Amino acid sequence: MASTDQDISLSASETLAHARRVDAQRKTRARWILLSPALILIGLFGLMPLSITLVYSFLKPGSFGGVEWVFSLDAYIQFIAQRDIFDDTLSVNWSYLSIFSRSIGLSLGATIGALILGFPTAYFIASKPADQRNFWLFLITLPFWTNLLIRTYAMLLIIRDQGVINTGLMSLGITEAPIEILYTDTAVFIGLIYSYLPFMVLPLYASLEKLDLRLIEAAYDLYASRFRVLTNVILPLAKPGIVAGCILVFIPGLGAYITPELLGGGKKLMIGNLIAIQFGSSRNWPFGSAAALILMAVVMVALLLYVRHSAKEGHSHG
Amino acid sequence: MAKRYDLRRQPGFSQIAWFCIFMLYAPILMLVLFSFNDNRSVVKWTEFSFRWYTEAFANDGIRAAAVTSLKLALVASVFGTIFATMAALATTRTRPYRGMNLAYAIINQPLMIPEIVTAIASLSLFALIKQITGVTGIGYLMLAHTVFCVPFAYMPIRARLEDMTLTLEQAAADLYASPIRVFWEVTFPLLIPGVVSGAMLAFVVSLDDVIITLMVAGPGETTLPIFILGAIRRGITPEINAVSTILLAVSILLVAVFFLFQRKTKK
Repeated sequence: MASTDQDISLSASETLAHARRVDAQRKTRARWILLSPALILIGLFGLMPLSITLVYSFLKPGSFGGVEWVFSLDAYIQFIAQRDIFDDTLSVNWSYLSIFSRSIGLSLGATIGALILGFPTAYFIASKPADQRNFWLFLITLPFWTNLLIRTYAMLLIIRDQGVINTGLMSLGITEAPIEILYTDTAVFIGLIYSYLPFMVLPLYASLEKLDLRLIEAAYDLYASRFRVLTNVILPLAKPGIVAGCILVFIPGLGAYITPELLGGGKKLMIGNLIAIQFGSSRNWPFGSAAALILMAVVMVALLLYVRHSAKEGHSHG
Repeated sequence: MAKRYDLRRQPGFSQIAWFCIFMLYAPILMLVLFSFNDNRSVVKWTEFSFRWYTEAFANDGIRAAAVTSLKLALVASVFGTIFATMAALATTRTRPYRGMNLAYAIINQPLMIPEIVTAIASLSLFALIKQITGVTGIGYLMLAHTVFCVPFAYMPIRARLEDMTLTLEQAAADLYASPIRVFWEVTFPLLIPGVVSGAMLAFVVSLDDVIITLMVAGPGETTLPIFILGAIRRGITPEINAVSTILLAVSILLVAVFFLFQRKTKK
């Protein structure tokens, strides 16, 4: 008797286990069926193009655009050196390196500028009553969802020689001739801050919103000045937001195309324009591909630093 | 009653915040204002008029570009939203499984890569396909747009799903509803705000895209932003302001709808 009882319960639990297994298998299958359209689409037309770019960067340019299927390191060498056409010796070529360093410099500058403007803005929003904050956030995010090209064009209208700023200054008699802003590095710098400021404010707001007021109160109780509270209490607490905001401004700034194209007048090139030109009038796809990969490498390094930083932060806070 | 010492106040911060709001909006407002100016000047105001709008509507190039933009944004946002919804269903409300993080990374890949890199990479692939198959057409643009629409649609849909409990679906399943019936009669109606939000974002990013379109578009496949870019390069005309204002209005309208749906979601 006892043994049959055991048999029955054993087979029941086996059936249950079997049913669970079948169920789990069905779930797994359903999951991957649901995922497959997105993964196949992005795999084929998001990831595969990148591997083609990698391959192209090691080939020779075709005479009418495209590539010639011959292995070559020329694209990478061209980035840092130029080959003498007479004796084939290599010497350092500064023209591309300077475009690259200008891109990094402008993007870093814009990041710092956006931080200086964005931090007080995020703090201002975070200290509004809770029911008003969403409205302010909406005001800051809305420009991000409008067309970047149109916003840059609007900025161009304002800073050009006949724009409001210059005509205003001249009619007030402050300056006699228009101040040349358009088609300078300053214009690109202003344009980058203007374009990516929302990216700075959002993560800053996210960390400032959680700010523990008791810590600020404690600092004031210990006779800290407003400035010391800012530097010794608020800024350290907002550090994750600062780092995230800087990354979010630096990366798109580095790869910017529209801003230098319109506000730099195509003369003050950034790396984004350099890449685009290789696929247009310069017809040097391998060089463009190599430049794109170098840009991506810098972006990856910045992202890795960020991930490692935030992992460490998360660790130290428990 | 003595005024309480405001713990949060920092001197100068609100002025900077106002300056930022001013900086973000003043250029756009100027552009909109002068699109209604009855004058070629983009500086001196003369009289209110719809002159530049009538001229823009009469322009065949602009009309054709608008049609292309709408077609493209419609196809890309519909497919992008469907794929994103499916992917979100498979990556939320479940215990982590093998490959989930990888799938998540792949879905977000288009957001991680600088747009100019995606643009030239897509151009390279499509040029290769064109060379091999000889197929040309707007299909390539539609594919490229759908790729970056997926992650934008995915974000709000995923957020909506994560706020939904599984209890209703489990109740339906207990009453012997088939999984497909559970989805259409329980999950999907609850998910609609997320799906609408996702579709709005996807539509807006497709409508506004410049760089990828610029690189991938074949001859005759001009979208509104590409038309505007070309017109700016040729010289500034008030007509551009009128077209830009229309495009701005469409984006802002769609994003406002998105925010309304988001707020409903939270309540």
